[in-house]
Amino acid sequence: MTRLGKWIGDHLILAIGLAVLFYMFLPIFVVILMSFNDPASKQSYSFDGFTWDNWANPCDEFGMCESVLLSIKIGLSATLGATILGTLMAFALVRHRFRGRAPANVFTFLPMASPEIVMGSSLLALFVSAGLSGQLGFWTILVAHIMFCLSFVVVTVKARLAGLDPRIEQAAMDLYANEWQTFWRVTFPLVFPGILSAALLAFSLSFDDFIITNLNAGQEVTFPMFVWGASLRGIPPQINVIGTIMFLLALTLVLVGELGARRRARR
Amino acid sequence: MTQPGDVQDPPQAAEGGSDLVLQGVTKRFGDFVAVDDLDLTVPQGAFFALLGPSGCGKTTTLRMVAGLEVPTVGTIHIGGQDISHLKPYKRPVNTVFQSYALFPHLTIFENVAFGLRRQKKSDVERQVDEMLELVELTPMASRKPGQLSGGQQQRVALARALINRPQVLLLDEPLGALDLKLRRQMQIELKRIQTEVGITFVHVTHDQEEAMTMADTVAVMNAGIIEQMGAPKELYEHPRTTFAANFLGQSNLVRGTVGGGDGSNVTIDAHGARLVCPRDRAPAGISEVWVGIRPEKVFLAGAGTETADGSNLMRGGVVTDVSFIGVSTQYLTRLPWGQELMIFEQNSGARESFRVGDPVDLHWLPEHTFLLDAAQDASAGVEIEGED
Repeated sequence: MTRLGKWIGDHLILAIGLAVLFYMFLPIFVVILMSFNDPASKQSYSFDGFTWDNWANPCDEFGMCESVLLSIKIGLSATLGATILGTLMAFALVRHRFRGRAPANVFTFLPMASPEIVMGSSLLALFVSAGLSGQLGFWTILVAHIMFCLSFVVVTVKARLAGLDPRIEQAAMDLYANEWQTFWRVTFPLVFPGILSAALLAFSLSFDDFIITNLNAGQEVTFPMFVWGASLRGIPPQINVIGTIMFLLALTLVLVGELGARRRARR
Repeated sequence: MTQPGDVQDPPQAAEGGSDLVLQGVTKRFGDFVAVDDLDLTVPQGAFFALLGPSGCGKTTTLRMVAGLEVPTVGTIHIGGQDISHLKPYKRPVNTVFQSYALFPHLTIFENVAFGLRRQKKSDVERQVDEMLELVELTPMASRKPGQLSGGQQQRVALARALINRPQVLLLDEPLGALDLKLRRQMQIELKRIQTEVGITFVHVTHDQEEAMTMADTVAVMNAGIIEQMGAPKELYEHPRTTFAANFLGQSNLVRGTVGGGDGSNVTIDAHGARLVCPRDRAPAGISEVWVGIRPEKVFLAGAGTETADGSNLMRGGVVTDVSFIGVSTQYLTRLPWGQELMIFEQNSGARESFRVGDPVDLHWLPEHTFLLDAAQDASAGVEIEGED
């Protein structure tokens, strides 16, 4: 290979890598930039001027902060429900031999595999035929969210649990820990990273969901629904403030997790 | 089959005794019988080895004593107390698991302290420090198991079990994951610790050398039953089944017919050779036999050489293979009826050496001969190459 060829080989890969990263992060840069935008008109999608106003008064945009709060409330509740139910399901599927275990394993995958629009509309049909057409709102959204988060939680926790050597729990029992102590002192701490990542996944899925939520929300407006509604009239810059905050929050969580893992590894 | 152990019935707690007694223990998994009507007594303070190939039921036996499996039939007593159906955490028994099963999220100190803390013992710090001292792991106290070598993890597993001063310590292939050199070292170490603490050790292994080196009593297990039980020397010198003869060391088994004898000896006709065997090394009332002899007990001599009177002698052999192993030379010799026998000759310089094709005679002392029932499979327990 020529010297030029080698130079290209050495640098081209780096260049492509950087280009791909740039491609991935560009939307996030735009969100952060636009959170400081002072748009000339409602319909403006360009950066017209710098301002702190959006950050100082994010709730000035009518209805937005309410929708964020609702999304957080639903996200946390759905996460709690789906994580508890899903963890129990994962334990049952991995640890117990029962009739119908194999089909149950397959069925937990189904919600992940079916299109959201189909699940959303079928849920709506279900709620309406159950006579709940007047009650669509927080609770129907929550039920829908727990339903579709559940499969992801089961799959994530199952993976962690399957990698856990049953002899470690047997060793705990052998060393005078009863079933309860064995679970809380050995099983749970070892499975916890799986449960935590399942919970984070569930929250982001719930917070993010538009299609299923939109069909089952009744009069309620979640944050994704708000953004969709606003986009028909021009996206207010405050939405980008919320977007930036969410991004920074996620980044912080990842960094904290990474640092924690490194510190544990070094000890 | 021999009588496995002297089973007392009913099991009684001798003064301060805590013998481990298994009575009629059977364990079935579906149609598969893992352990078949096992009777076994392990005296307090013994170093007892359960030796057998994988799948022979030794680990299942151990797990039943630990409480990790429930016997289908039968009872398990320790010191007179029926523990057959007690939960694992209610038994005065601790286990060193195969692959150790250390708690990966706890420090070495907390791993060792685990049992004491669950029992709400006082003085945990001091006891753990002492135990870490004993297994020479004091500097590792604040590390996690993942940061230790295999040998160190093995010692943590031992310390974690031993610190609880169980009445019986169970060891499930505890040295299986270590390399040969470390294994030898740990064998001596384990034996030393056992002598020091005086706790009953029940050691499960498929390594016959390990079992013989460490244990006072070895039980050879096969297909869910104990084939033979006794001191290592007794087992080796006087195997009572073809399985025991082949699984512990190697044996030459030649077909023969008991032809008579006097008060102390029996005579056997084996392919025309007249052999003698002490009566107490022959099963009573059986005429079709395998004549057994260990390879290192056989001497080779050039064809037609005069041998000492009273030796067992087989003429007409031809050397078919010679392997020089350093301390000894290993010969394969074909006899007129086509069977190949194995012979180990010490390289002491006092023995004549032979080459492939040399005609030879085989001779050995009658008291090294043993007889087995010819109804048993002569290849039972022969170790398959590569199967560790």
